[in-house]
Order: sequence, then structure tokens, then C-alpha cells
Amino acid sequence: MILLEKRKQTSQFWTYVTPILAVVLTMIFGGVLFAILGKDPVLAIKTIFWDPVFGEFAFYYRPEVLKKAAPLILIAIGLSYGFKAGIWNIGAEGQYIIGAICAAGVALSFYPTEGRWFIFPLMIVAGIAGGMIWAMVPALLRVYFKTNEILVSLMLVYVADVLIKAFSIGLMRNPDGHGFPGSRNLNDYPAAANLELIAGTGLHWGVIAAIGVVVASYAILARHQFGFHVRLTGESPRAAGFAGVNANRLIMVCFLISGGLAGVAGMFEVSGPAAQILGSFPSAYGFTAIIVAFLGRLNPIGILLAGLLLALTYVGGSAAETAMNIPSATIQIFQGMLLFVLLSVDVLTDYRLRWVARSGGV
Amino acid sequence: MNDRVLRLTGLTKAYPGVVANDDVSFDIGKGEVHALLGENGAGKSTLVKMIYGLVKPDSGSMELNGTPYHPQEPRQARANGVAMVFQHFSLFDAMSVAENIALGMETPPTPRDLAHQIREVSQTYGLPLDPHKIVGGLSAGERQRVEIIRCLLQNPKLLIMDEPTSVLTPQEVDILFKTLRQLKAEGTSILYISHKLDEIRAICDTATILRLGKKVDTCTPAEKSARELAEMMVGASFASPQRHDRELGPVLLSVNGLSVPAADAFGTALRNISFDIQAGEILGIGGVAGNGQDELLAAISGETRVPSGMMTMNGQDIGQWGPNARRQLGVLCAPEERLGHAAAPNMSLTENAMMTGATRQGLVSNGILNWTKARNFAQDIISAFDVRTPGPQNAARSLSGGNLQKFVIGREVLQNPDVLVVNQPTWGVDAAAAASIRQALLDLATQGAAVVVISQDLDELIEISDRFGALNVGRIDKIVPMRGLTIDEIGLMMGGAGTDV
Repeated sequence: MILLEKRKQTSQFWTYVTPILAVVLTMIFGGVLFAILGKDPVLAIKTIFWDPVFGEFAFYYRPEVLKKAAPLILIAIGLSYGFKAGIWNIGAEGQYIIGAICAAGVALSFYPTEGRWFIFPLMIVAGIAGGMIWAMVPALLRVYFKTNEILVSLMLVYVADVLIKAFSIGLMRNPDGHGFPGSRNLNDYPAAANLELIAGTGLHWGVIAAIGVVVASYAILARHQFGFHVRLTGESPRAAGFAGVNANRLIMVCFLISGGLAGVAGMFEVSGPAAQILGSFPSAYGFTAIIVAFLGRLNPIGILLAGLLLALTYVGGSAAETAMNIPSATIQIFQGMLLFVLLSVDVLTDYRLRWVARSGGV
Repeated sequence: MNDRVLRLTGLTKAYPGVVANDDVSFDIGKGEVHALLGENGAGKSTLVKMIYGLVKPDSGSMELNGTPYHPQEPRQARANGVAMVFQHFSLFDAMSVAENIALGMETPPTPRDLAHQIREVSQTYGLPLDPHKIVGGLSAGERQRVEIIRCLLQNPKLLIMDEPTSVLTPQEVDILFKTLRQLKAEGTSILYISHKLDEIRAICDTATILRLGKKVDTCTPAEKSARELAEMMVGASFASPQRHDRELGPVLLSVNGLSVPAADAFGTALRNISFDIQAGEILGIGGVAGNGQDELLAAISGETRVPSGMMTMNGQDIGQWGPNARRQLGVLCAPEERLGHAAAPNMSLTENAMMTGATRQGLVSNGILNWTKARNFAQDIISAFDVRTPGPQNAARSLSGGNLQKFVIGREVLQNPDVLVVNQPTWGVDAAAAASIRQALLDLATQGAAVVVISQDLDELIEISDRFGALNVGRIDKIVPMRGLTIDEIGLMMGGAGTDV
């Protein structure tokens, strides 16, 4: 019989080891999945996790990993504050989309004016503001009407989804686009384009922002009173209240941070890799970032690594799709499995396993 | 006929770094009330957990009614007639008494039968309880009855009670003791854990004293004085709190017609509470748990804001101020619930020192935390209040109750409060630690602070307070000098609650 015994203190060792264990287990389960699909499991895992970074065509894949990791990390860092404090913003996807719409709106309204020095920063501000406004809806409803922020933030994703489709065939449609849906290509508009800073590296302003946010977040959590209050609220809301934390203000600030960062991720995406407002705007970063946040243990450095890993599954997944004819849904299953496995091995941080011989009792 | 119910032989249990029980042996006879005495960390909990099947001994054996007994889990212990009433109740607030009891049973009878059984047992043993009442609305005394009746329904041969009287009024204690005596007369054995030595002397036939995991003595409590028992427990003599004559200074905190609506369905509203407290004075506030103690503390700490005009400190209206602004002005508090209110369980002692010490101890400047200073502050608390822990990096939840309480009280006392409000300062704390906490409160008053002690331990209030008031359904009717009050008068002021249901 296996017994779960509660540890006296949360185990530091297992806190760091469980994410790695989860990744390894997911690879094993994923391998089984590929074997059932009739694919060579070892080759599939290698194609997804190894080749994009170290394989023959790594020069092509590596920049892609970086471009995909940047929005994931930005959004996940934002989410980590709320998640630490027990405030559940599940709608980062919506805030990301609205950020993109607002930033594109700024760019398109100035088109074709020159002046990158003010247009690009203004787009960043618009992206942040858009994400924040979208995030304030669940936050204010929670604070003033005690609604459940999980539901409200999640439902607003679908509203944002409809909005971007509407904008792409309506207000923001490219007047020179021969009636096709989709806005102008912002990569062709020098004042608004978020291109690679050094060609072939994948390094764009979003990547730099992501790194900056990781560093800032690390400092805030370790050394700033706000970070301490966030952690305290997550540990014990009553103790936080006793320590003088204003719970409502904390809810709003956490939503503002996560909404703002999701919005700015949307801005960097629409002006960079995605290039335009389109119904099929590269999505699901807002949801995948939830996995990134938890896989990274809500720790900025962890999120940095987890963001890179999840980006790798996107890039490696599409490589496997073409090279091995693996269905594209597999990669989503893979990501979902990772979260499940992580949540289940997580028990080891607070509990130890003990084998007990079953005996007859009295 | 074997008149021995339980025999423990050489029970030993070691945890990494500490031997919780070392070769403990004793017998409990049929119909005997057996006290288990010891300081915090002496190994009482581990010992009863082994008897109740929550922990498995490393070595040693147990015999129940003459047959070997190795419970693997509480269910097995219950099946063998061993029942336990825990110090912390495990009840669901939103469910009724009967539903809560059914949850703890292997094969619950139909709700109607169960309600009937509950009524029957509650009448037989004089423990009034309505099976259909929602637990959230019950007093602590009534909640305890739910736990006791839950045990009695199993017809236990051995009933283990962990600190049963700490939440009761004197009248409720009388009822409980009547029940225990009746059980004893029917042949049920009781293993009774308590720090209240007078109670042990009143009700227990035998006492086993544990110190640092070892059994050090067995005695008949009635033949010893409370002081002798306490000294056997600690293994040394210790000083009783000393009162010094104090000069009263100006009024510091003034509460004037304080009324706060209940925060939720299970909360208590505060109604028109008024009192002044002067420098150098200790005001004791008694009352049965759930009569507004938490709410009163929250209103003074600033967790609950109150309309202006209801509370002043040094003449300043502080009703609308938050906790840290009040701390800055010198109003400090230590709530009752140690884990989860006064302290964050999984955070280190350093972080917990930061929790309330940030403003007054200058542990933060411009929002930047100074962890070195916080660690030093935590270390100061640990050494000044003899908190037993390997160091400030340890999590609050790894400390025993008494040690964490010393830390929580010490954290506020070391910040030199002008007004200190404590709720249940010595709940679940052993005699020596309780004495040192009380001494710290007395010393604080001697130094000119105003101290409000909210407590359900009347002996404590009698020992240290100058004036006394009782909270009853959110009201304090009158505040009178402590000197000369009898226990009966105090009981009446507390509303005699508990006898009526």
C-alpha cells in the first residue's frame, strides 16, 4: 500500500524536480501515444524536442522558438502574479487579442505617416491599455459584485475572438486588399513593424521585453513589498488582511498586470510575426501561457524555461506534422498532457510517498 | 475479568531529528480517567496518534483488552472501540449536525434514525444538541458536543480527548465533566489531555507525565498541587507571573458605541461596545467562543473599518485607518488563529516577522524589503521569547502550537506597542509557555502600554487583568474591576450560554 504523508515543510528539492519529472513523463506518455498512432515514438520525440534546437535545420527553427516563446513568457509572467495570489485570470487570450486590435488600430490610423519614434511606442501603450481594459471587466465585476473572475475572464475570450473577426472583415480591412479579409500588413509599414533586430536570430522587441519582464518580476517577487503581498495573499488571505493588504486593490492590480502584459504580447505579435489583424490571428498563446506559468512554478526563471519548452513543442510539433505526418491536434494533446502530469506529480512537493506493508491489523 | 483496557509497552516513535516518544509504557484501566500531561513537544500528540492509528510506532506494542492491537488507520481504531475528540474540530460549517456526524460513520443509518440516535445520546449524557441545526451557527461548546456525540455513537471503550475544555464556559465545563463522570461510571475509559492542571486534579484518576518524549512519572493528580504537577511537567521550577503595582496613565484607546454588522451568515455582529483603556492597564474580555471575539479584534486591528467616531487612539479617530496606519500609531494585535491569520503557515519565520513588523521595525523602505533586518528581527523574537526552532528560515507550520504562539505574541510585544490586543494568547499552550506569555503581557503593562486580553480561559483573565468585561452575542454590557469577582458572577456575565439550546 502506498501512503501519502504530509511533509512538515514544502520540499524545495521536489519543487524544482517535479516540472522536470513532468516533462519526462509527458515524453514517455507521448511516445506511447505516437506508438499507438503507428509512428516511431523515439523519432517523433526527437523531431519535436531535439531537431528544432540541434538538428540540421536548427538555423531555421531556433528563431521561431524565440518568437513563439516571447508572447508565452510575457503572458505567463503576468498571469503568475494573480495565480500566486489565488486570483484566476483565465482570459489572457482575450486580453492578448484586444491588445493586438488596439495596437493595430493605432498603426492603421497613422498609416502611412512616417515617425516610428512615436508610432511604435504609442502602439505599445495602446496594446497595454487594451489588455488592461479587457482585464478590468472581470476584476471590477469581482470586486464590486463578487462574480467569479474565472468565468467572466474566460467568456470575454470569445467576445474578443468575435471582435477580431469582425475587425478583420470590417473596420480594419485592407482597402487595397481586393476585398480579402485582413488588415494591411504591418511588416510593410516601417513605422509600425516589429521586425527582427538582428536578421536570422528571431530577436524582436517582444523578446527583449520578455527578458526585461522576467528580470523585473524576479526582483519584485524577491525584494518588493508588492511581491511579498502577492505571495502572502496566496498563502493565506486572512493573514494578508491582517498584514494590511487591501484584497480588492490587489485583485485589480493583478488583473492590470496580467491584462497589460497579455495586451503588449498581442501588440508585438500583430506588428511582428502575425503582421496583420486576421480572423485566424495566431491564437492559444493566452491559454498555453497558463501551462507555462504552472510548469514554471510561477517563478520568473521557471517561466522563462517553460516558455521556451512550450514554444519548442509548437515549433517541433509543426515540424513533426510535416516530416512524419503526425496530426496537428497531437501537439495540443501533448501540451494538455503536460499540464495534467505536472498537476499530478505536484503532490510530491507537499507529500512524501511511503510504502507500507499491508498487515492484518488487530 | 480483565480490568485493564489499554496497555502500552515500550512505544517508540522517531522522526528525522527528533525522538517523539521514547520507550513509553503505561496502562489505562477500565473506567479510568487517565491524564496525559506534558509540555508542548513532549510527545503527547504523537502518543495519542499512535493509539488512534494515525501514526505507526517504530517499536513497542499495544494491547487492547488483553489482545495485541496494531491499528493501521483510525477506522480500525474506531472499530476496536477507540474514539477521539480532537482539539481542532473537523466539521463542515454549511452542513447540519446530523450530516456532519453521518460523514464520520462507516455505515450511517438513515437520516431519521440518526437524528433519533443523536437525540437519545444527547439526552442520556446531558449534552443538549439539535441534530438539524447548521454547524456554522453553533458555539464552540456546541461544536465540541457534535464531536463527542459522534464518538459516543460508536460506544467507545476508550475515549481520547485533546484539550477539551479550552473552548468552554465554566458552566459548559461542568456539563462536560458530568458527562465524563457518567461515561466513567458506565465503564468507559478516558484518556484526557489538558494543560489545565486544576481540571486534571478534579477529574482524573491517574496522570502520566511525559517530558521530551519519555515518561517521567505517574501520579494521582488529586494528591498533588497544580504547581507540583506543572513542575513535574517542565522538570524544573518556574516563576509564576508577577504582578507589579502599576500607575495608570492617560486613556489611550477609546471605543465608543462600536457596532459592526456581521460579515457573513456565520459571523457575529458587534453591538454598541464601549470602553476606554488607560496606559498601564490590562482589560480582560471573557466570553464563549463565537460571541464576537474575532470581530472585535478585527475592528481594532483595522481589518474591519468602522465608521468615524467609534474608535480613537490618543484622541485621533482611527476607525477608517488600515492595519498598517494603526500599527504606526502604536495599536498592535495578535489574533487567535495562529496558522492562517496571525501567521502564514508555509512561510518562514523571517517572512512572518516581515508580515506585521514591516512598518514599525523599518523593514521596508520605498517598497523595498530588507530581508536581513527581517531575519534579525525574527531572530530577536526567537531568542527573547525562547521559541524552540532550528532557526528563522523554518516555516511557521513546522513549529508546535505553543512555540508559534510565543513567536506571534513576541513579534507584537517586541514592537513596543502602546496598545496591544491579544485574542486567546495561551490557547493550547503549556503551563510554562503560558506563564511566560502572561508575564510578557504584565511587563508590557508595567512599561505603560494598554493591554486588552480577549480570552476564554478565565483563570488567565483572573490572573492578569485589572478590569473585566464579557462578550455576549457581540455585546459587552458592563466592565467591572476584576478584583472580587467570583467565578459564578463571571459565568453570569458571560450569559451562562451553553446551558440553553
